[in-house]
Amino acid sequence: MKFSENWLRELVDVQADRAQLAHALTMAGLEVEELTPLGEGLGGVVVAEIIGAEKHPEADRLQVCRVDAGQGEPLQIVCGAPNARVGIKVPLATVGASLPGGIQIKAARLRGVESFGMLCSAKELGVDNDASGLLELPSDAPVGTPLADYLGLPDASIELKLTPNRPDCLGLYGLAHDVAALFGSRVKTGEQAAARVTGDARRGIRLEAGKDAPRYLGRIVEGIDPAARTPLWLAERLRRAGLRPISAVVDITNYVMLELGQPMHAFDNDRLEGDVVVRHARAGETLKLLDGSEAMLDAGFVLIADDNKPLAVAGVMGGFDSRVTDATRNIFLESAHFAPAAIMGRARKLGLHTDASHRFERGVDPELPRRALERATELLLAIAGGKAGPVLVAENLADLPRPAAVTLRRARLRRVLGVEVADAEVARIFTALGMQVEPQADGWRIIAPSSRFDIEREEDLVEEVARIFGYDNIPTATPAGALALAAEPEARIGEPALREQLAARGYHEAVNLSFVSAELLSCWGFAGRGVPLANPLSADLAVMRPSLLPGLVEALRHNRARQQERVRLFEVARVFAEGNPPVETPTLAIAACGSARAEQWGEPSRALDFFDLKGDLDALLAWGGEAHRWAVHADGLPAWLHPGRGARLSRDGETVGWLGALHPQLAKALDLGPDVHVLELALEPLLARRLPRAQPVARFPSVRRDIAIEVPEDVAWSRIGEVVRGSLGGVLKELRLFDRYSGKGVEAGRKSLAMGLILQDASRTLTDEDADHCVRQTLAALEQTCKAKLRG
Amino acid sequence: MDDLESRAVQAQAEIDKADTLEALDALRVGLLGKSGIVTAALKTLGSLPPEEKKVRGAEVNRVKERLADALAARKLVLEQAELDRRLASETIDVSLPGRDGERGGIHPITRALERIAAIFARLGYQRADGPEIEDDWHNFEALNFPPHHPARAMHDTFYFADGRLLRTHTSPVQVRSMKGRQPPIRIIAPGKVYRSDSDQTHSPMFHQIEGLLVDETSSFADLKGTLAEFIRAFFERDFEMRFRPSYFPFTEPSAEVDIRWETADGQSRWLEVLGCGMVHPNVLANCGIDPERYTGFAFGLGVERFAMLRYGVTDLRAFFENDLRFLKQFA
Repeated sequence: MKFSENWLRELVDVQADRAQLAHALTMAGLEVEELTPLGEGLGGVVVAEIIGAEKHPEADRLQVCRVDAGQGEPLQIVCGAPNARVGIKVPLATVGASLPGGIQIKAARLRGVESFGMLCSAKELGVDNDASGLLELPSDAPVGTPLADYLGLPDASIELKLTPNRPDCLGLYGLAHDVAALFGSRVKTGEQAAARVTGDARRGIRLEAGKDAPRYLGRIVEGIDPAARTPLWLAERLRRAGLRPISAVVDITNYVMLELGQPMHAFDNDRLEGDVVVRHARAGETLKLLDGSEAMLDAGFVLIADDNKPLAVAGVMGGFDSRVTDATRNIFLESAHFAPAAIMGRARKLGLHTDASHRFERGVDPELPRRALERATELLLAIAGGKAGPVLVAENLADLPRPAAVTLRRARLRRVLGVEVADAEVARIFTALGMQVEPQADGWRIIAPSSRFDIEREEDLVEEVARIFGYDNIPTATPAGALALAAEPEARIGEPALREQLAARGYHEAVNLSFVSAELLSCWGFAGRGVPLANPLSADLAVMRPSLLPGLVEALRHNRARQQERVRLFEVARVFAEGNPPVETPTLAIAACGSARAEQWGEPSRALDFFDLKGDLDALLAWGGEAHRWAVHADGLPAWLHPGRGARLSRDGETVGWLGALHPQLAKALDLGPDVHVLELALEPLLARRLPRAQPVARFPSVRRDIAIEVPEDVAWSRIGEVVRGSLGGVLKELRLFDRYSGKGVEAGRKSLAMGLILQDASRTLTDEDADHCVRQTLAALEQTCKAKLRG
Repeated sequence: MDDLESRAVQAQAEIDKADTLEALDALRVGLLGKSGIVTAALKTLGSLPPEEKKVRGAEVNRVKERLADALAARKLVLEQAELDRRLASETIDVSLPGRDGERGGIHPITRALERIAAIFARLGYQRADGPEIEDDWHNFEALNFPPHHPARAMHDTFYFADGRLLRTHTSPVQVRSMKGRQPPIRIIAPGKVYRSDSDQTHSPMFHQIEGLLVDETSSFADLKGTLAEFIRAFFERDFEMRFRPSYFPFTEPSAEVDIRWETADGQSRWLEVLGCGMVHPNVLANCGIDPERYTGFAFGLGVERFAMLRYGVTDLRAFFENDLRFLKQFA
């Protein structure tokens, strides 16, 4: 809602200055979003008439004008504006004036010709943005009058960011009520006099939309002057409210809407046939609207029609064919009440948002139509003449909203706000807001004015008191209520701790958007996975991601492209899958590339490999204390992993993630090298943690025996571990692999593994013989199951 | 006698001049060894008469002790010098970089979010969570947004084919936390939210934190006090602050909280940082809580805004580009 400050002040007496007024509005919940001072510093600018104009002898683009500024002798002024011509009235900045833009007006010589002032454009005066030529004033503008007086300046254009619950402030009168309550003033409400009816043109009105349109007033005004011009004062008020003056009739309906809050519409009466019918649209019905668009309607829309055709979409926009044109002489004025529920969402459905729909869907005072109609008639007759017909009324009183009484309990008010507001102040606030107040033993019974759609229950009244009493005047306190201590489960690693751990291991946390493109997903082999949005912002942001990796690897790529050779990223977020309800799984992902360790003077550089990433994973699993429940598998890999350098992870036999090198084809498609390694893992299994159960420390020393064996290449280390553990049982405390070798000295297709067995018995010290026996037992088992040979 | 004494004086000088442990040891042998001069002098004692032998013996022993002390002292000096030489040769350049000293970092949004959650945890607020793909009832209707209500227009919503939507705020977690539970309730619900809006100052995905307190005594004054304390704790300083009436369908009275923020040019302006209000009785009733017996307050804040203010980030989009040159500033 944008309006002229001077206009508001005309409706309510306020002593406060501009800044105080703006502050008070904001602090009452009517937030001032923008405040633009207009026409300041116009001293020395007067209305003048060009009475002579000749070409400048030395310059083609300049004219030498003789200007009457009401000072007796005409002034000679050199002017370059294209529209400067004899007979027009324009603003003149006289010698000594200083314009808002900082221009000082002095007597000057322009190309040898003397000039005593400057004729101005709207922009030069700071009253509008138009700099195309001189600001042409109406022909009846009195010469010599200070321009500021003539235009009603200075003024300010104030724009409010109104919340949806306050449609009553979408008209200046409604706003004036709040201002009056804030400053203890009164709204100057003159009764709207009924226009003198001099014509007798009538038209039937039929209400057929039930409670969606319970009141419809119309009036025919015949014989207006189609050439009538909008008076300057009215055009200026529209302009300062952000509306462009269009034509006298349209400007008048807009003016009434701004003043009272009632949207109106004017039809060309000669285009209407028979009765005006207010009914629901029929499915498939269409109407060409004022803006030229074709509206496809259905039964959800209320339509203004005549006996033969649709005329307007009620509460949204008028039709093109019945619009008022330059040739229109007979007008049918509409001033109606439509229920908010009948308008909500309808404009949006047509891809529109209009001043009318904005107001009607929030709620317009049902008592306004007659007043608005009389006000518009009054203005129309004064500006464009014509004969007003009688007011035509159709209404279903039973369907009109009736203000209900709402009770506010004193105790409730105090309890919700935490402060005692004096009874007299409560009564004053409600009265000033135009409400009827009836004191009761434990509070007040309130009837809100018909303009207040937001007063339905006790809390709405609490809010009104708080708002006008002032939030600043409510004290601050500390909640006293019962406090339940939130116990943190120890058997779960906290997400913040996990993040810190990853950061400590060199990873930077990334945050990617949750949506990715279907194209990227199909590149990864995720086509059809994830959950697609019905109305994405763009194809790039179309699917809720089924995996964090596509986005995270894109982030890695972004950094690679910016001279970051070594990238370590992780992300913790949800991945999505279709379902009822859809499945959201909190997930950890890692993407890494570049050298294994940060470049350093004392260490040879080495490319990152699978085991670097696996080491990070092992550290996380060790943290949970249940590494034995996890297993790594070489089978069942997704398509995006290198088939020989990827692994599937399971916990208690259930697959919970993957890690490894990106599949070389995918890496190539993404324009990345072979060093990119990734991990993705469901978060919850990773965060599960064993609560420690202390065991006595072993009293007997352990013994170590190292063995080196040769096995076929395809025997996995995990298999060897199983066999060793199986053969030794509880006496094996730890198995350490300390060397792995293949190549020269080892038979082709075989590899050499060297491992240390850490042996310990809980009940006695192991002898050399015991240890030797263990080694023999282990070797026998390995020979039998893994084709192992002891290396000499 | 004079001979031994003069030899001793000379030996003393030689000991002081010895510059290696080997030279010193050779001197020791020459003086105190089997055929050293002191040993020789002791051997001559046997041929002396008892009276003289006693006197002479004491003299020789004094010389022996003196020389032994001198040798030991010199040895210590030489050994220390030897150690110093060796240590000097082992010196490294301690200014060279260490190994594996790199550290990653936490994303600034997470960092701010965890800081906020931790402050409320100290006030007894428990963490709560809800789905990001929500249904209309939890995101809107239960929160007192009727269908087509203009208040919904302020939430540009992403929808799915089945009518579900991406939550536009963390407020549905209020509803999920209250359902099937009775007060006292104190929860804090951080998470991702989505609006279909994207420009310099809007990201289609961003982070909010929702707070909710319901009990038998909570009031608007408590809400003011809680948020004032929170702002002070988060920024570690005092602010001029104001609560401004506003409108959210699920709270009444509702407020927006502004703080007075100094800009780089020395000016200051009001900056909106929070929305809040007393939980609307309809919402309590929708969740099975008696609005006559209980009152509550709720608040919601945008984590990005807090992170920007706290860490001086000026471009919202930087948060989601994941550029390491940006992220490394928050290690």
